[in-house]
Amino acid sequence: MTTQTFLHERDRSRQAFLSRSTLLTSLVLIVGMLVVLVLNALPESSAWHVSNATVSLLGKYFTYMLLALAVDLIWGYLGILSLGHGAFFALGGYAMGLYLNAQTSPLPGWQSIMTYFPVAALAVLLAPGLLALVFGWLAFRSRVTGVYFSIITQALTFALMLAFNRNEMGMGGSTGLTRFYELLGFSLASEGMTVALFVASGMAVLLAFWLCQAITVSRLGRVSVATRDAEARVRFIGYRVDHVKLALFVVSAMIAGVAGALYVPQVGIINPSTFAPLFSIEVVVWVALGGRATLYGALLGALVVNYLKTVLTGVMPDAWLFILGGLFVLVTMLLPQGIAGVISTWRGKRRDGEKQDRQEVSA
Amino acid sequence: MSVIDSTRFDRLREFARPDRVFDFMAPAQSPVDVRHGPILYLEDVSVSFDGFQAINRLNLTIDDGELRCIIGPNGAGKTTMMDIITGKTRPDHGQVWFGSRHNLLTLDEPQIANLGIGRKFQKPTVFEALDVTENLELAMAGERRVWKTLLARLDHEGQARIDEVLETIGLSGERYRLAGVLSHGQKQWLEIGMLLMQRPRLLLVDEPVAGMTEPEMHRTAALLTRLAGQQSVVVVEHDMGFVRSIARQVTVLHQGSVLAEGTMDDVSSDPRVVEVYLGGDEEAA
Repeated sequence: MTTQTFLHERDRSRQAFLSRSTLLTSLVLIVGMLVVLVLNALPESSAWHVSNATVSLLGKYFTYMLLALAVDLIWGYLGILSLGHGAFFALGGYAMGLYLNAQTSPLPGWQSIMTYFPVAALAVLLAPGLLALVFGWLAFRSRVTGVYFSIITQALTFALMLAFNRNEMGMGGSTGLTRFYELLGFSLASEGMTVALFVASGMAVLLAFWLCQAITVSRLGRVSVATRDAEARVRFIGYRVDHVKLALFVVSAMIAGVAGALYVPQVGIINPSTFAPLFSIEVVVWVALGGRATLYGALLGALVVNYLKTVLTGVMPDAWLFILGGLFVLVTMLLPQGIAGVISTWRGKRRDGEKQDRQEVSA
Repeated sequence: MSVIDSTRFDRLREFARPDRVFDFMAPAQSPVDVRHGPILYLEDVSVSFDGFQAINRLNLTIDDGELRCIIGPNGAGKTTMMDIITGKTRPDHGQVWFGSRHNLLTLDEPQIANLGIGRKFQKPTVFEALDVTENLELAMAGERRVWKTLLARLDHEGQARIDEVLETIGLSGERYRLAGVLSHGQKQWLEIGMLLMQRPRLLLVDEPVAGMTEPEMHRTAALLTRLAGQQSVVVVEHDMGFVRSIARQVTVLHQGSVLAEGTMDDVSSDPRVVEVYLGGDEEAA
């Protein structure tokens, strides 16, 4: 009877901002970053040396983790499945791309304001934020939910892809924006810049993780979980479901925008393919694999899948999509909670085992 | 002449009184005005779905503090009526007033909920991923705006209120259990508890004892009777035994309009009611 109750009680410690999983995740992120930095500083002759290319690759993973976090915030905790989050990522990326272009040659027309870093930084947040605000306001006010919402987010990102493919947009057409040389007056090719971008991306992941954690443990977080599970009920106890959704959707879009802005200088290009519906779907797969409704699950999912992608596309490039699809099917069937679900079940078992041991001892 | 002048002056003085609150300036969620009698007033309400007349010229008045049972065969329009009152469905025709000040047809679900109309669904709907206390906390009357909700903390007063409601619904021992693992009856009580946290003026309760065992049914009856008086309670129910045990006033709905109204004894001896209920049964048998 007692064990039964323990299993069915909500783990209250996880509701605190400084829960064990928050501390552990933060610690892993920070230590991981420091280890990479130390190994990168080792002489190249050392077997433990981590090359700049790897550091840059890890920096790119960080931006993907950021994007996964954004998707998990609204999918895992609010039940909004956005299949167009790549659009917000790409908009942040284009804002950064314009700024980087402006460092080499002056931009025409309105784009010239992007020469200034503060303006560009603001645009990184505002462009995805405003799009999410308008799009979300229209969708949530009309109570577009579930699969219908997912479909129109696909349409949104597809429409933007077509628009950004056009040369008239002034965004480089199908080539996109490239020829990036300088960021804040420092050369992008320099070693220091690679490390700086890696650190900035890691810090962004950490900050966004804390932000999302603060939101999800607050009463607003509980309202959003309630909305995910029983939307009508939430409305009948007096919450404006559309406002809750809109607020979190905008925050999520902004996080995605920051991710895009950090991605662009590390990859050296932004083009309309980032708007491709397939990319947005891939992001959802990362989150599903890692475990939705756990923030560390999203981070883990993005890291694991992208690492696999890097390795496997090198070994057998044609098989990658099949492997990704297969993984998705397997995880959905066998591990509906993703990798995080496995971890928490294992931890829960161990905790209950300890409790049982103690009870046996005291008895 | 001078008499008229002085009344005018009085009126002016009344008008310019410093503590005066003009109607248009009063907050939209001002207390419900029941000085003129009923707390809920439906007049000539009709709604149809794809040609099916779910509610047909329905008139219904609920007095403040009343416990009213609404019965009727399947498809009589009971749930649709609740949908109209809570803003989920808009009627094609008619008027719905909450007190004498609030026209419910101009408001949406959250606004109506915040005015003090609580609703329990037919199928128990609680937030299964949250524990019992959290369910009650979310329903607690108070700030509903996004930013305020983000910063909200459960204070002592709120905690005391939750404890009080837990006591009332008899779930004190289950406070940290997930709502999803509660029994069917416990979920029904939790949902009633969530309604109480809203401090509603009017409770709409849809089939509270469906699927309950006999002892659970007795507890629910006691709970609802206790609530009436502090709140107005409208109970929609199929179970005639249960209705008999709690009801003072009964309204019988049939084909979207009121067939009979009165005490349980009056109603059950009404030949038309017998016809609707027993006639239907005979056909079924």
